[in-house]
Amino acid sequence: MSKKVCIIGIGHTDFNSMTPDVEWKELMYEACQKAYVDAGINPRKDVDSFITCAEDYWEGFSIFDEFVPDQIGATLRPCCTVCGDGLYGLGNAYMQIKTGVINVVSVEAHSKVSDLLTYGDIVLHAFDPLYERPISGPIERPNYGGSPKYSQDHPKPLVGKTNETERVHPYFLAGLEMQYYLKKTGTTEEQCALVAVKNKKNAFFNPYADYEANITVDDVMKSEYLFKPLKRYDISPNVDGAVCFVLADEETAKSLSDNMIYLEGFGWSSETPWISTRGMDALYAKRAAKMAYKMAGITQPRKEIDIVEVDDRFTYKELQHLEALGLAREGEAAKMLEEGELNLDGALPTNVSGGSLGVGNCLEATGLQKALEIVTQLRGHAGKRQVTDVETGLAQAWRGIPSGSGVVAIFKKG
Amino acid sequence: MKKQVAVIGAGMTLFRRKLKETGKELSFLATKMAMEEAGIQKDEIDMVVMGSAPDAFDGIHMKGENLLDGAAAVGKPYVRVFNGGGTGVFAPIAGWWHVASGVADVCLVVCEEKMGSCYPHPQTAFRHIWDPILDRPLNPNLVWLFAMEMNRYMTVHNIKKEDIALVAVKNKRNAVGHPCAQLADPNITVEDVLNSEVMAWPVQRLDISPPSDGASALIFCSEDVVHKFTDDPIWVAGVGWNIDSTMWTNRDLYFPRYVANAAKMAYKMAGITNPPKEIDFAEPYDPFDYKELHHMEGLLLCKKGEAPILTREGVTQRDGDLPICPSGGLLGVGNPIAATMGQKVCELYWQLAGKAGKRQIPGDPRVGVGQAWGDIMQMATVMILKR
Amino acid sequence: MSEEEKRQFEGYPKYAPGTHVRDKHIYNKEITYTWWEPEVQYSWSLGPAMSRFLQELKAGKIIGKKCNTCDRVIVPPRMFCEYCYNPTGEWVYLKDTGTVETFSISYLDPDARRIEEPILIGVISIDGAAPKHGFMHYFGEMKPEELKIGMRVKAVWKPENERTGSITDIKYFRPLRGDEE
Repeated sequence: MSKKVCIIGIGHTDFNSMTPDVEWKELMYEACQKAYVDAGINPRKDVDSFITCAEDYWEGFSIFDEFVPDQIGATLRPCCTVCGDGLYGLGNAYMQIKTGVINVVSVEAHSKVSDLLTYGDIVLHAFDPLYERPISGPIERPNYGGSPKYSQDHPKPLVGKTNETERVHPYFLAGLEMQYYLKKTGTTEEQCALVAVKNKKNAFFNPYADYEANITVDDVMKSEYLFKPLKRYDISPNVDGAVCFVLADEETAKSLSDNMIYLEGFGWSSETPWISTRGMDALYAKRAAKMAYKMAGITQPRKEIDIVEVDDRFTYKELQHLEALGLAREGEAAKMLEEGELNLDGALPTNVSGGSLGVGNCLEATGLQKALEIVTQLRGHAGKRQVTDVETGLAQAWRGIPSGSGVVAIFKKG
Repeated sequence: MKKQVAVIGAGMTLFRRKLKETGKELSFLATKMAMEEAGIQKDEIDMVVMGSAPDAFDGIHMKGENLLDGAAAVGKPYVRVFNGGGTGVFAPIAGWWHVASGVADVCLVVCEEKMGSCYPHPQTAFRHIWDPILDRPLNPNLVWLFAMEMNRYMTVHNIKKEDIALVAVKNKRNAVGHPCAQLADPNITVEDVLNSEVMAWPVQRLDISPPSDGASALIFCSEDVVHKFTDDPIWVAGVGWNIDSTMWTNRDLYFPRYVANAAKMAYKMAGITNPPKEIDFAEPYDPFDYKELHHMEGLLLCKKGEAPILTREGVTQRDGDLPICPSGGLLGVGNPIAATMGQKVCELYWQLAGKAGKRQIPGDPRVGVGQAWGDIMQMATVMILKR
Repeated sequence: MSEEEKRQFEGYPKYAPGTHVRDKHIYNKEITYTWWEPEVQYSWSLGPAMSRFLQELKAGKIIGKKCNTCDRVIVPPRMFCEYCYNPTGEWVYLKDTGTVETFSISYLDPDARRIEEPILIGVISIDGAAPKHGFMHYFGEMKPEELKIGMRVKAVWKPENERTGSITDIKYFRPLRGDEE
C-alpha cells in the first residue's frame, strides 16, 4: 500500500489545427511509440495494462474501444477505455498500480477534432435532451415515424444550420458563467483579456503549440463578441494532437531511470448534471483539489505548489480555477495576474506552456497536455520556458461544456 | 499489498424492450435496490463507477455526465468506463480497483442501458461500430458478424445446430425464476428454435437475445469495513481483461483467445490451477446461443469443441456438475449491453450468498466466474467471486 | 448455509422496478417523449496506408504491406504492425483471388428488414498475404448452397470508369474456375 507511483515515460505528437496527412491511428501510434522509447520499455512485453481516454462522439464511432488496441501496443493485452479526460486515465492507472497486481500502465489520450465537421452540434448533443437542448432554439418536430423529408429541391444541408432550425452554439453557457464570475469577483473583462495575452505569448516558447500570438489587451477587447462577454480571443480554438504517459511502480521506475517523478496525489469530482441547479463556482475543482491535496499531504497549497497548469478553455476559467484550487483568494486571481505573479518568472507560474489558449483545445487530451507540461518542467527539459527550482506541480482539467466534472493531479520531483 | 474486496449488495431493474423511465431514473432504481440490500446510506459511498455502452443509443454525448445524479454520484468522485459489450463485467473490475488500491472503502458500480431511445431500431446505432472504409460501404448488419463467427465455430468443430439450440432452450427455461426476465419461456423446445426464421444463416431468430432497457448496480467494500455490513462476505478472488486486434478479418474466429488470456489472468490472481474442477458454476456472456459454448471453451472450462457435448449431456443445467448461466443469461433475461452486469456479476453474488431463490443452484457453490465480451469480437472481461 | 435455510430465503432481486411501454403508447401519445436529430458529420483523414489501399483498388489491384520483423504481408495494409509494434516496410501487390474463411447467408438488410433474395457475405483471405489475412466482402454468381468454407474465389471488379476508390470497387467475389488456378 505504501508503494509509490512514478511517471517513467511521456510522448506526444505536434499539436496542429489540421492533420490531413495521418489517420487517428497513426497519431496515437506516434505519441505512444515516443512514450515507450522515452521509458525504455517494450510495450508488447513490459506494459501490463493500457488505458485510453476517449468519447465515442468525438471520434465518430459507436464503440471507440474497438479501434484502440493495435496502435497503442495493446493487442492481446489488458486494455480499456475510460470516458473522461486524460487525467482520469492517470488516476485509474494510479489505482491499478496500487492494487499490486499491475506494475506498468500506459495511458493515452488524443484529439482528432479536425475530422469532426459539426463540433458545435456534438457539444450540444451532450445537453439533457428534455430540459436543456431545446433552449438552443426551436427544433422541428416531425410526426413520429418520420424524419424531416429531404428531396432533390430541398437537400439535407451539409454543415451548420438547417433551414428549419436555428440552433445556438452551446458555448453560450460559458458566456453565462463568465458574466456571473465577473459580477461575483469584481474581475473586469480587461483582466480576463490579460490571460489570453499571457498564454498566447507563453506559447511562443512551446515548440508544439499551435496558437501562439503576440497580441495586446486592446486586440482582445476589440475582437468581436461571440457569447457576450466572451470575445473571439477569449475562447481557445480546437487542435489535433495525442499524448501518452507511461506509469510504473517505484521499484520498476528505479530500475529504469534515476530521474524520478512521482504522481503524488490526484482527485476528481462531479457536480450535478442539471445546469439549472449546479451553481457556477467550479465546485468540482474545489472538491477534486481537496482530495488531491489530502492524498499528496499538502496542507498549504500556495506555498507548496511551485507551478500550475489549469484548464483555460475560456480566459475567465483560468482565474476561476486558480481560486477554486485554493491557490488564490476569491477575487484575487486577477490581481495576481496583473502584478505578474502568474508569469514565467512570477511566484506561481501558470500555464507556462500556453495552456489551451496557446496550444489549442484538445478535447480529452487537455488534461494530459497539462500533465505533460508539468512533468517536462519537473524533469528540467522545458528549454526556453523552464521555470527554475520546481519541485511540485499541479495539473487540472475540466471536462468542458456542459459538464460539471473536473480532475486534479499533483506531481513531485523525486 | 492489495486490499480484499467484498460485494455487499446488488440490484437490478426490469429488463424490457422499452421502459418508460429515463436513464437517470433506471440508474436510481437499481442503485436504491442495491443500497437497500447492503443496508447502506448514500453518504457512506465513497466513489461511483458507471458502465454504459454506446452513447448513440441514448442519444446523449458524454452520457456518463448525464447519468451521474441517478447513480448517487453528485459531489463524489465519479468515472465512466466503457468497453463495448464487455462493460458489464468491466465496470465491476473498475470498481474493484477503486477499493483494492485503498483509495476508496466503499464503491458503487452502476450499469445502465437505454437502447429503446434509438429510432427506428437500435440496429442503426450499431452501424457505426464498423470500420468506415473497409466495412461500412458494404452496408453490413450486425447479425452478419455473429453469423460468420458461428459458421466458423460450427465448421471447425463439426457441431450440429441442434446442440447449439439446446443452449437457448436451457437459458430461456432457466430465466423463469427471474423477476426481471424479458424472454423467459418454460415451454420452449429445440424445435421452436430450429423452426424460427433465419436472420443470417446460421443465426435464427430464437438464437439471439433482444435489445433491452435496464440497469443494475453493485456495491463493493474493502475488508476493513465489511464487518459493518455482513458476517459472510462474498469476496472478489480474481479479475482479468484482455483485448484482441481491431482487424477481425485477420483472425481465426473459431476460438476466442482473448477470453482465454483474460481467464488466465483472473485464474492466476485467484490461485486457480484447474478451472473445470475448481469452478463451481459460470456465467459466460451469451448474447447468442453459440456464444455460451464458445466462451465456455474460452474460459478453459472444457476442451476446444467439448462444450456442445457437455450441453447435450446435461452437465450445464442448474442441477448438473457445472451449471452455466443459472440466471437465464442474456437469452432469457434480456440484453441491455452494460446492464447485463445484473446477470453476470450480481447473479454470482446472489448464488454464492444463497439468495437466488428459485434459481438457486443446489449444493454449496463456493466459486463462480462471470465473463463479458465486447467490441468487434475483441474484448473479454472476467471476474471470479468466491465465498 | 444448509439447504433448508437457503430455501427460506426469498429470491433476489426481490422485485423488478420499471414500467414496460410499447411502440403503440408512443404512437397514441400516451407517454411524453421528445425527438432530436443531431447534425453529426465526420470526415476522417485516412493516412498513408488506407489512402494507398483505396488508390490501388481504383486501379483494379489489391495491395498489402510487409512487416519485416514478423515476416508477414498484411492486408488491409497499415503503417505499423500490431504484433511487434514496429513500423511496416515495403508495399506488396497481391493477387485478387482468395479462399473463403467464413461466410453467412443474410435475409436481413442493413436496417434489419426482411429481404427475399439473400445477401451472401463473408471473409476472404487474399492470396499472397499472410495466412488468414483478408477482408470482408460479398459473394456472387453462386447459389447459397454452393458457398462453403475453403472455397476458392476471385474478385469481380467494377468497370474502370465506375471505380471511385472504395472497397465497393470490387463488386463481389465469384467462384474460381478450375482453369484459373
